[in-house]
Amino acid sequence: MSDTFASDSAESLGILETLVRPAVSRAGEREAESTSAPMVTVNGLGVAYGSKTALEGVSMLIPERRITAFIGPSGCGKSTALRCFNRMNDGISGFRISGGTVLLDGQDVYARGVNVTALRRAVGMVFQQPNPFPMSIYDNIALAVREHERGISRSTLDGIVEQALRQANLWDEVRDCLTQSALSLSGGQQQRLCIARALAVRPTVLMLDEPCASLDPISTGRIEELLLELSADYTIVIVTHNLAQAQRISDKVGFFLMGRLVEFGDALQVFEASARPETAEYVRGAFG
Amino acid sequence: MEERSTTRSVSDAGVPVRRRLRIGDLTLRGGTVAVSLGLVVLLAGLLVVLATGAAPALSQLGLSFFTSRQWDPVTNHFGALPYIYGTLVTSTVALVLALPVSIGLALLLNEVRSKWVRNPLTVLVDLLAAIPSVVYGLWGLFVLAPALNTYLAPFLARTLGKLPVLGALFVPTPAVGNMLNAGVILAVMIVPIITAVTREVIATVPADLREASLALGATRFESIRMAVLPYARSGIVGATMLGLGRALGETIAVSMVIGNGLGISASLLAPGYTIPAVIANEFREATSTGLQHSALLALALVLVVIALVLAGASRLLVRRSERGFR
Repeated sequence: MSDTFASDSAESLGILETLVRPAVSRAGEREAESTSAPMVTVNGLGVAYGSKTALEGVSMLIPERRITAFIGPSGCGKSTALRCFNRMNDGISGFRISGGTVLLDGQDVYARGVNVTALRRAVGMVFQQPNPFPMSIYDNIALAVREHERGISRSTLDGIVEQALRQANLWDEVRDCLTQSALSLSGGQQQRLCIARALAVRPTVLMLDEPCASLDPISTGRIEELLLELSADYTIVIVTHNLAQAQRISDKVGFFLMGRLVEFGDALQVFEASARPETAEYVRGAFG
Repeated sequence: MEERSTTRSVSDAGVPVRRRLRIGDLTLRGGTVAVSLGLVVLLAGLLVVLATGAAPALSQLGLSFFTSRQWDPVTNHFGALPYIYGTLVTSTVALVLALPVSIGLALLLNEVRSKWVRNPLTVLVDLLAAIPSVVYGLWGLFVLAPALNTYLAPFLARTLGKLPVLGALFVPTPAVGNMLNAGVILAVMIVPIITAVTREVIATVPADLREASLALGATRFESIRMAVLPYARSGIVGATMLGLGRALGETIAVSMVIGNGLGISASLLAPGYTIPAVIANEFREATSTGLQHSALLALALVLVVIALVLAGASRLLVRRSERGFR
């Protein structure tokens, strides 16, 4: 393992340096851009599990530092699409890319020689069920950082942990009990801890797969607020079954149906004036 | 008949009372209560018999039973220290050798996806557990001990034996049977059980914990350290206790290779003696009234207490290390 993300990418990975560069350093540039550049470019992506087709002909441009929501009925392929961005599908038996490409900041993530662990550090992920490790709050965040940056000093690590917890709006609630088990936190706190854990390895993209599915409305509200704040610095992609949530927080919306991306566009347009009848039906609540 | 009575009782009372199910419930409850009570009574009875049997020796010999190195049926003096020492040392050696191997094997059996590697290996490990201990003893006596004594022992004495503190463990002796041999045999015998239990525990690690670590950019090895081992820790301690229990109690194989010598030596290459071995070797000579008989029972009591204390200590260890972690 190399010492820093930058050297990791420079040495071997075939992932552009910009991709693993800390997102914070780009924060200042944001105002300069009038329109967001695409962070993830999906081109005719097809996925199959064995002989079963899961995704077909999916193309979209996911803008940088915006919130993009994937909606659609269960089993429509939205999670599969999400998991292609950081290659979390690799371990599933029978999984294969049947066509197309996924470009992250211009780099093909399924190209030969891509360092998958570096890719996954650049693309953080939060899951449906809060899944903190069975250890202290501090260690939950520090562990991955320690793995990637050997010999990091305690004070630097403390700083990273605090920053990550602050970014996830959790610091004030846990600052006095960092050595307590992460499993003693409430579900909403655990989910924010998982977000903090993902942020601590300094990704550029943050993906969330139905992060609020198991949370109450108040915790959900806090996560949504947090995502809106984070979208200033991170490209966020969220899979959600909650249409109101997509409407509240997303800039772009992709509607998936039976393995196809039916519609992809600005949130307002998709919800208010969708171009396709299936989308209109779904957002009206006619099926799904 | 039964069927009809169930339907009728619904209409009679207005509340569905399913008689057949109640009988099943009652039988189950009665059965489990009886069995568990029986177990408690059995354990208590065992302890009572051991304690009353051991009382004459313990009261006559007092503390010297635990501190003396003399075990002499002629003078009626019995000191258990060499046996206690030998038991603890061989079990420790066995654990130190077996634990890394078992955890490694268990991880391998869980992580390897190819059935062609995993299934034969699983069967092989389980087969190791099925081999009778006397066979291990014979093999240890005729194959393992000569090999260890000719190659490993001199090598250890030449290398590790030169180290400052650790060196004391590897001072060579001419003895054929020694505690290292016993430890190695025990390790081979407890690897299957620790592996089997650890494998089951590791299989229960939730997939979303593994995914969490992978999504953070962990390699397979890092993922094991971040997600698998922390979650499985208490189960691995439990597996270790099972292995330790077997190591403490193993009699015949140990007795065949340990040399059955009464000295207490820091060197693992010196002969030793264990509690189970001495009990097995001497029970015929001990008359049912003499002090030797009582001393042997006292040894058995000590062995049981050691096992219980270690089991309790490990529980405490687990609970402390994961206070609030679950």
